[in-house]
Amino acid sequence: MAFADEYKETAGEAIPIDREAFVDQYPHDAFIVRLNLAVAFGALGVGGLFGLIQALHRTGIYRGFVSSADYYTLLTGHGVLLALVFTTFFITGIFSWAVVASLDEKLSERLSKLWFGTMFVGTLLAGFAIVGGLTGGPVSADVLFTFYAPMAASPIFYLGAALLIVGSWVAGVDWFLAYRRWRAEHPDERIPLRTFMVLSTMLMWYISTLGVAIEVVVFLLPWSLGLIPAVDPLLTRTLFWYFGHPVVYFWLMPAYLVWYTILPKLSGGRLFSDPLARVVFILFVILSTPVGFHHQYVDPGIAEGFKFIAMTNTMFLLLPSLLTAFTVVASMEHGARQRGGTGRLGWLRALPWDNPAFSGCALAGLMFAAGGFSGMINAGMNINYLIHNTLWVPGHFHLTVGTAAALTFMAITYWLLPQVTGKNLKLKTVAMVQPFTWFVGMTLMSNAMHRAGLAGVPRRTAEPQYANVEFENVIGGIAEMRLQIAIGGTILFIALLMFLAVVVATWFGERSAKLEVNSELPKPLSGPEHSPVVLDDLRIWALIAIVLVAIAYGPPLWSMVADGLFAPGSPPIPV
Amino acid sequence: MEIHRFEKLWVALALLLIVGFIGTVTYGAVGAGVKMVDESGGTVDANALNDHPRFGEPGTYQVGENEYEVYVVARQFLFEPGTNEPIRVPAGSTVTFHITSSDVIHGFEVAGTNINTMVIPGQVTQITVRFEESRSYGIICHEYCGAAHHTMEGQLQVVPPSDFSSADLQNPAVADRDAPVNDADTEEEDE
Ligand code: HEM
Ligand SMILES: [Cu+2]
Ligand SMILES: [Cu+2]
Repeated sequence: MAFADEYKETAGEAIPIDREAFVDQYPHDAFIVRLNLAVAFGALGVGGLFGLIQALHRTGIYRGFVSSADYYTLLTGHGVLLALVFTTFFITGIFSWAVVASLDEKLSERLSKLWFGTMFVGTLLAGFAIVGGLTGGPVSADVLFTFYAPMAASPIFYLGAALLIVGSWVAGVDWFLAYRRWRAEHPDERIPLRTFMVLSTMLMWYISTLGVAIEVVVFLLPWSLGLIPAVDPLLTRTLFWYFGHPVVYFWLMPAYLVWYTILPKLSGGRLFSDPLARVVFILFVILSTPVGFHHQYVDPGIAEGFKFIAMTNTMFLLLPSLLTAFTVVASMEHGARQRGGTGRLGWLRALPWDNPAFSGCALAGLMFAAGGFSGMINAGMNINYLIHNTLWVPGHFHLTVGTAAALTFMAITYWLLPQVTGKNLKLKTVAMVQPFTWFVGMTLMSNAMHRAGLAGVPRRTAEPQYANVEFENVIGGIAEMRLQIAIGGTILFIALLMFLAVVVATWFGERSAKLEVNSELPKPLSGPEHSPVVLDDLRIWALIAIVLVAIAYGPPLWSMVADGLFAPGSPPIPV
Repeated sequence: MEIHRFEKLWVALALLLIVGFIGTVTYGAVGAGVKMVDESGGTVDANALNDHPRFGEPGTYQVGENEYEVYVVARQFLFEPGTNEPIRVPAGSTVTFHITSSDVIHGFEVAGTNINTMVIPGQVTQITVRFEESRSYGIICHEYCGAAHHTMEGQLQVVPPSDFSSADLQNPAVADRDAPVNDADTEEEDE
């Protein structure tokens, strides 16, 4: 039978199975996955520490760690380590697992080492440049993770960023090649769902990272080296945001992969519909990139019409997320009813809330719903005036990337780690409480950030005091919001330490004869045979995506370069 | 392809919601007339703002009976005018802001109002507003612009027309409106 590799006929409980884990079947791929996870969690720990310091410093609760001038070095580190390093390495790790496990096809050992090495060296270079900002020496990169020109960082930073991206491209090549080998042996089968999700995510990634790659390699790197005298700040900023919104889907689509393929099984059931999952990913491929102008609603130099096109596109991008909400909730309900849950909402109690892999994903999904709501406000072109660059924005994305993605990644690690290390999870009680702790911390921090943003409190600032500015708060006092951000941030950091403790204890534990994890995924209620074959023809979708990008970005980019590639130009300004 | 009945309903509702959102925003733009910051401010040479007829002497210019243009230069780490001296405009008038930067990207947010924009070197942000009541507002740079970004703030004072005098203007000659307003002074023609 087709797709036998992808789905087994078991609806899985966590029954102990003998050692037939991922690590036993694919030792080298498991090694690569472990390397990626190790870097991801290292970045998470350091980045989280910076987050705690920020939450205490900018609210004025405790300022003993750094000076306000150095605050921005930490903020750069926080953004780069969490939004770029942690996410990218976790994603390359879980994608490697997903491709190998679902195709039963090993990755190329040489290629895997090459891309991991490239990404790792890039991370070290960027990290070195950022930390240099604390020493007062010539090497620094206090430019935040958006690195808007003409604020200039050391060339080492741009080189590191470029290597991180190029490494991720090679990782994609590795997965596409594995797929090609599989295809040669299985000419008539549908692409296994997990691989389909990986490949479509990478298509989107190739299209969207082109923007930032051009920005860094063609403009910022030569400019920081003095090879070209000036760059156009609006053009480079536009190239950044061309990538800056699709990257959000690069963070989310792996979380969706987990929610579609693993979460239903953890709930005790199976996925509702494989075809609809494919449709959702294709929608992301097509719609993700032509939306970047919604980060530039209040930029001068861009006609209102282009902003309007990005706005309508952004709104349609709600569709795949709303479809996902439906499928995930429906699959959870199905699972709960399999487990004996009854009643209109009573089934919720039948879910395995004591399994951190499940509860983490479920809570992450719940917070994503709230994040989606504040995202709709961001997307509303004219409402955006109210909240642009205020604390509302970090409030929003700590719900999306900081929880929907990050908490899902942490949660599924509880399930994945035993499979790639061959060791049973340790500190189970700590793991059990961890997702709830994160949830509480994030509820406090993000709701206070949202409200402070509505009152006009800006983001990315080291000081809460603006001597002559009166913030008009709608609900609650500014002092109360500050306190809540500080308390929430502290609880978040504790949750992070709990997660790392479980990971470290498991990683350094002894190998077990039996693994308490069942890695098999049950067949969906409606399998891929119910969907049109054209869904699997990724070339067509890539082509459509490129056409849409050309429509949304061609004319505005043309109008920016028509007056000269480097004009109106600005020389580098050190910070 | 098989789609569940509830799924179809959900898709329909989702699409309705999406179209509703687009409708709301469109109404805001067309019906309520909320205008977006756009390219109408034109471009300038960020390295030669001193030679610019207006950005060279930033401040409030009167261009019509009840119409004013305010030129603001943002630079590390102040607004000129705004930080060292407040921006002053009379209540009940139409004010068009022209804002640009002489170094890095800054933000310009008048807390408590809809005025919220990026300030990008080489580009001119143009925003037109009407202030009805007299009061003062805080101005914040909300885009990170360097080590002292958090100190970058200013003041906007909307004063009763009786308190507003030609001393508040950059070109008192135009204030008595004997001299015709010269269109060639707007930055679109400067380029
Ligand atoms: C211990 C948990 C965390 C804490 C306490 C925390 C705290 C904060 C705070 C207070 C800010 C606002 C700084 C400012 O605007 O002045 C911030 C910004 C940010 N956070 Fe977090 N955060 C945490 C976890 C995360 C995670 C998991 C992610 C992403 C995966 C993340 C991504 C970001 C990003 C991208 C920014 C914006 C940086 C910028 O504006 O350049 N944070 N964080
Ligand atoms: Cu500034
Ligand atoms: Cu600033």
